[in-house]
Amino acid sequence: MTDIVSPAGVTVSKAPPRRDIGIKRRYAAERRFQAYGIAAITFGLVFLFILLWTVIGKGYTAFQQTAITLPIEFSEKTIDPNNKRATDPSVLIAANYPVLLRDAIVKQLNINAASRPDVRDASAMLSKSAPIQLRDMVMSDPSIIGKTVNVTVLADANVDSANKGQIDLSVDEKNRKVNDKQVGWMNELKASGALHKQFNTGLFVNGNSSRPEAAGLGVALIGSLYLMLIVLVLSLPIGVAASIYLEEFAPKNKLTDLIEVNINNLAAVPSIVYGLLGLSVFINFIGLPRSASLVGGLVLTLMTLPTIIIATRAALRAVPPSIRAAALGLGASKMQMVFHHVLPLAMPGILTGTIIGLAHALGETAPLLLIGMVAFVANAPTTPLDPSTALPVQVYMWANEAERAFVERTSGAIIVLLLFLIVMNMGAILLRRRFERRW
Amino acid sequence: MNMLTEAAVEKALDHKMSNVPYKMIGKDVSVYYGEKRALFDVNLNIRENTVTALIGPSGCGKSTFLRSLNRMNDTIDGCRVTGKITLDTDDIYDPDIDVVELRARVGMVFQKPNPFPKTIYENVSYGPRIHGLAKSKADLDQIVETSLQRAGLWNEVKDRVHESGTGLSGGQQQRLCIARAVAVSPEVILMDEPCSALDPIATAKVEELIHELRENYTIVIVTHSMQQAARVSQRTAMFHLGNLVEENDTDKMFTNPDDPRTQDYIMGRFG
Repeated sequence: MTDIVSPAGVTVSKAPPRRDIGIKRRYAAERRFQAYGIAAITFGLVFLFILLWTVIGKGYTAFQQTAITLPIEFSEKTIDPNNKRATDPSVLIAANYPVLLRDAIVKQLNINAASRPDVRDASAMLSKSAPIQLRDMVMSDPSIIGKTVNVTVLADANVDSANKGQIDLSVDEKNRKVNDKQVGWMNELKASGALHKQFNTGLFVNGNSSRPEAAGLGVALIGSLYLMLIVLVLSLPIGVAASIYLEEFAPKNKLTDLIEVNINNLAAVPSIVYGLLGLSVFINFIGLPRSASLVGGLVLTLMTLPTIIIATRAALRAVPPSIRAAALGLGASKMQMVFHHVLPLAMPGILTGTIIGLAHALGETAPLLLIGMVAFVANAPTTPLDPSTALPVQVYMWANEAERAFVERTSGAIIVLLLFLIVMNMGAILLRRRFERRW
Repeated sequence: MNMLTEAAVEKALDHKMSNVPYKMIGKDVSVYYGEKRALFDVNLNIRENTVTALIGPSGCGKSTFLRSLNRMNDTIDGCRVTGKITLDTDDIYDPDIDVVELRARVGMVFQKPNPFPKTIYENVSYGPRIHGLAKSKADLDQIVETSLQRAGLWNEVKDRVHESGTGLSGGQQQRLCIARAVAVSPEVILMDEPCSALDPIATAKVEELIHELRENYTIVIVTHSMQQAARVSQRTAMFHLGNLVEENDTDKMFTNPDDPRTQDYIMGRFG
C-alpha cells in the first residue's frame, strides 16, 4: 500500500479495496420487511374502515325516530262513556284508546270517515305502541279527559323507514309496505310539521318489542351493566389473589405446573363450553333462575378469570426482582413486599388485563344463549335475578328479525356496543397512565 | 509487593484485629442450589465494627456466602444451607429466629442501586415504618434525616426528600440504598459489590462512607476490585471454587498471603 499525502499535509493510509459485505442486500431486506408491515397494517385498517362504514352507515339512522304530533281529543265519550272511573279505575285500562288516535289522524288528514280502507291505512301510520302511550297519560292524570292535547306519538316502523328513504318508492305499490296514499299523507304531515324526526330516546330506554319502532336496548343495557359489575367484583379479586399466590407464594412443583397449564388451557376453551357449564352447574344443580344476569355474570366470570390471571401473572413477573430483594433485604415480610411494592408496580398491567377481559366478556354471546339470556324481555330487570338480556345477545336477536326496521336497530345496537368497548379501552389507557411509575 | 498502600499500613496499626470480638460466626457453611454445591464447609468469622472484604473470581461463592448471612438465599428456589451461622449468640438458621427480625438486624445493599420507585423520604422511612421504629411523624423525620446524613446524602437531597428517589444519579441512588439500610439500625450491613455500577467518583464517596459506617456497624463487602478491598477493609477473605482459601488481616493478605492461590489472584494471574 502506498501512502498518500492529503491536502492538509499529513500522511493518510490508503483504504483497502472495499469488501462486499452485502450492504445493499441487507437494506433491501429491511425495506421489504417494512413494506410487509405497512401492507399488513393497511390491510387491517381497510377492513376496520369497511366494518365501521357499513355499521355506522346502516346504523346511524337508528338514533332518530319518526314521530307524529297530533291534537288528540281525550273524549269522555270514548274513554269512559258511563262515567264509572271514580268507582272502577279499570275502566281506564280497558278503554278504546286506538279510536282516539284514529279520530285524531282522520281529522288531521281530512279523510272521509266513512271510507273504511282509508281510515285503516291512516291509522296504520301510527305505531301500535301509541295507544299504550295515551293510556299511560290518562292513568297518570285522569283530569286530562275531556281536553284536547297535542301528543307526539311514534310513527309506524314502515312510515319511519319510508321517511328515512329506506323504502324504494319506485317499486310497485303492492310489493311495498307503504302504499302511495300513505306516502302522500306522510308528505302532507311532513309539510305541516306534524311528522318529524326526533332523537330516539326509546332506543336506550325501552325493552324489547316486536314492533321495531318501540324496541329498545334498555333491558340489554341494564343486563350488560349487571354482567360487568358481577364479573368485575368476582373476577378481579379472585384472579389477582390467585395470581399473587401462584406467582409469589406457591412452591414451584408439579402441582403448580399442572395448575398453570390448566389455566392457560382454560383461556382457550370455547366460550360456549362455559355456557354449558353454567347451565349444568348454576341453573340445573344450584337452581339459580334462568335468563338472570347473575348466572350470566358467574359464567362470564369463569370465562374471564384465566385472562385476568394470565395478565396479572405477567404484570407481577415484570416487576424487577431487585425491588423484591430490596424490600426483603429491609426485613419486609413476603406479604408486605407484595402489597407495598410489587402490586402497586404491577397495577397498570393488572388493570389493563382486567379491562380487556371485561371488554371480552361484554361482547360475549354464546354462553349467554345457553343460560337463557336470549329471552324476549320487555320489562327492565330490577335485580340481577330478574330475566334480562345483554347487548350482544340483543344484536343477535334483532339480526334474526324479519322487519326492515330492525336492520338499522341491529346496526345501532352494534354502534352502542362498540362505543362501550371504546370507552372501556380508553379507561384502560387512562388508568395505565395514571398508575404508571417510571424509574 | 507494592499493593500495600500507606493507608493500609495506617489501618493495620490502629486496628488490632486479634482483639476484636466476633459478630458473626460461620461454621462449616455449605450452600446447595438444587443438586449443585456452591459452598464447601466454609468457616469464616466476621469481627465486630470491622469491614470484612470477600474477594475471589466470579462464581467462587463469595456472594452466596454473603447472602446466607441474612438468609436472602431463602428466597431462591431449591437453595439449601447447611452448617451453622450465628449472629452474636443466636443461630440464624434456628427455627425460632424469624427471618424478618434477622433482616432487620442484618441489612443489605445490592450490586445495582435499587431504590423503590417512590420518594426519597418514602425510601428511607419504609424500613422504620414496617418495623414500627418511629413513635411519631417527628420521630420518623428524625430517623430519615439521620440516616441520610450517615449516608452522606443529606446535604445533596435535603430540599427534595419528597421527590422521586429514582431521579437521583447512580451514586446518589446507591447512597440512598445505604441510607435505607441504615434507617432500620441494623447491626451488620452486607454489601454485594456496591460500587460495581458506579463511576470512580461515586465509588470514592461510597468507600469513604463505608469507612465512616464502620464505627457503628459491622460491614461485610463483596468486591471484585482488589484495590477497593485494600482501601476499605481490615479483614479480607479469599474464596475460590466454593472454598474459603484464606482469611487474614487485609494488609497481610495483600503483602504476604499464606496461600499461593491468593497471591496469584491478587497478582492478576487468574480470575
